[in-house]
Amino acid sequence: MSRLANKVAFITGGTSGIGKATVYRLIAEGAKVIFTGRNDTAGEVISKETGSHFINHDVTDSSGYEKISEIIKTQYGRLDIAFANAGTEMGDTDIENITIEVWNKLVAINLTGAMLTAQMAVRLMRENPDGPNGSIILNSSMNAHIPLGNFVTYSTTKGAHIALAKSTAVHCAGQGLKVRCNVIHPGVVETDMIKGVIAGAPDADAARAMFEGMAPMKRMAHVDEIAGLVVYLGSDEAAFISGASYNIDGATTAGMMGV
Amino acid sequence: MRCKDTTALVTGGLKGIGLAIANRLAEEGSTVFITDIDKPSEDLNANINYINADVTNELDWKRVAQLIEDERGSLDILVNNAGVDCVGPVQKTSLKNWRRVMSINVDGAFLGVKHCYDILAKASEKRNGGASIVNISSMLSKVGYIDTSGYNASKGAISSFTKAIAVEFASKNISIRSNSVHPGFVHTPLLQQGMQNLVNEGVADSVDVLLDMLSEMTPIGRMAKPNEIANAVLFLASDESSYMVGSELVIDGGWTAR
Repeated sequence: MSRLANKVAFITGGTSGIGKATVYRLIAEGAKVIFTGRNDTAGEVISKETGSHFINHDVTDSSGYEKISEIIKTQYGRLDIAFANAGTEMGDTDIENITIEVWNKLVAINLTGAMLTAQMAVRLMRENPDGPNGSIILNSSMNAHIPLGNFVTYSTTKGAHIALAKSTAVHCAGQGLKVRCNVIHPGVVETDMIKGVIAGAPDADAARAMFEGMAPMKRMAHVDEIAGLVVYLGSDEAAFISGASYNIDGATTAGMMGV
Repeated sequence: MRCKDTTALVTGGLKGIGLAIANRLAEEGSTVFITDIDKPSEDLNANINYINADVTNELDWKRVAQLIEDERGSLDILVNNAGVDCVGPVQKTSLKNWRRVMSINVDGAFLGVKHCYDILAKASEKRNGGASIVNISSMLSKVGYIDTSGYNASKGAISSFTKAIAVEFASKNISIRSNSVHPGFVHTPLLQQGMQNLVNEGVADSVDVLLDMLSEMTPIGRMAKPNEIANAVLFLASDESSYMVGSELVIDGGWTAR
């Protein structure tokens, strides 16, 4: 298990869910990992268990990226992988009811946060000692392709990730940098957040069945399955993949099921 | 070993992307069968078994499936790779040529899935990620390109076919995953021959001029190596991609990102 030996990776939203699983998985594959989040307690536990480096940072805090950049440069000397993972749908609603405050907040976290992460990554990867190279991965959602009516901001920001990834990919390639950028679209993933939603539902079994039934595979993804795709895209095996948009959704967006 | 103790079948496995896939899967612990209409001209990796077969011939498919079942009991990985191109303006493309590319690229994949279904289903019970079908489509299933309408259409068909069987199997709780891979321009004997044909038609002075042009037209500034496509197939073949079903993996150096 050393497909990412000698690589340095940066992950946002690494204290829970997909981000957390990716910290563990990248460490297991030999990478050095720096991750951010706002939950100090969780961050410190993960850091201690894996030997990774936790930094408390809110992805919307644009000035904080300079500090993170400095830490990565001085303590690790390079950046190979950036996983822009932090995101939320907290407070989101439909087009008729969304307030400008909630819209701006979610756009700042989901979209501007991903842009700032990618921007920092490109700037660092440009300076790598062995020449400009690296892999940036944006965590979008299947809702980029099949938006939800009652999550207008979340769906819109996830759709925008596709253009952000492609624009970044084409820019970097055009500059002659071996810096790649791709976007992934998970289906419903069994994160702690989803487990909480299920546990809190009036009928937990029905809630679980609903989430599982959304994919033709009739189950949710495990967080490790998403982390596995991040490992592949982060590794040198994926050196020709840039500007791509990969679904990982148990066939949810492949077509209509059962008919 | 990411495909330890598995059995794989790669069509069109003697050259280019198919050979790279066969070698990569063998390196990762798979016992690999390849089919091809040509005969091997050099020694193959010890874990690769050659079967002479034509993907458009249903009797050949029955024989191949039977042989794999007799020797290995089941099939974990089916890679429908065999393919040909079809170059020329649409109004000058003969029906014979159109049918040839459809027959090899589309009928071939359909017959592969149809006749390997039973041995794939047998293997699907044994693996966490189920059995895996990987269909080699192309970036030209997603965007049009000049003078390749037959090839474009055939690769579009492969993409839809992949999604259809992905949803069909998943909805019926059959653990056979199906995904497609969409390479951009890859430096293979097929591409080399295609470029040579264009040189023969007086389109350019040399194959190298055309290859350089393709590299320059690719955002990343180069063509893919066959092994870069094989790595994607390995990922889809392994249990690591266990939640990827009906997905399209584009590997085109940014070509379709523009």
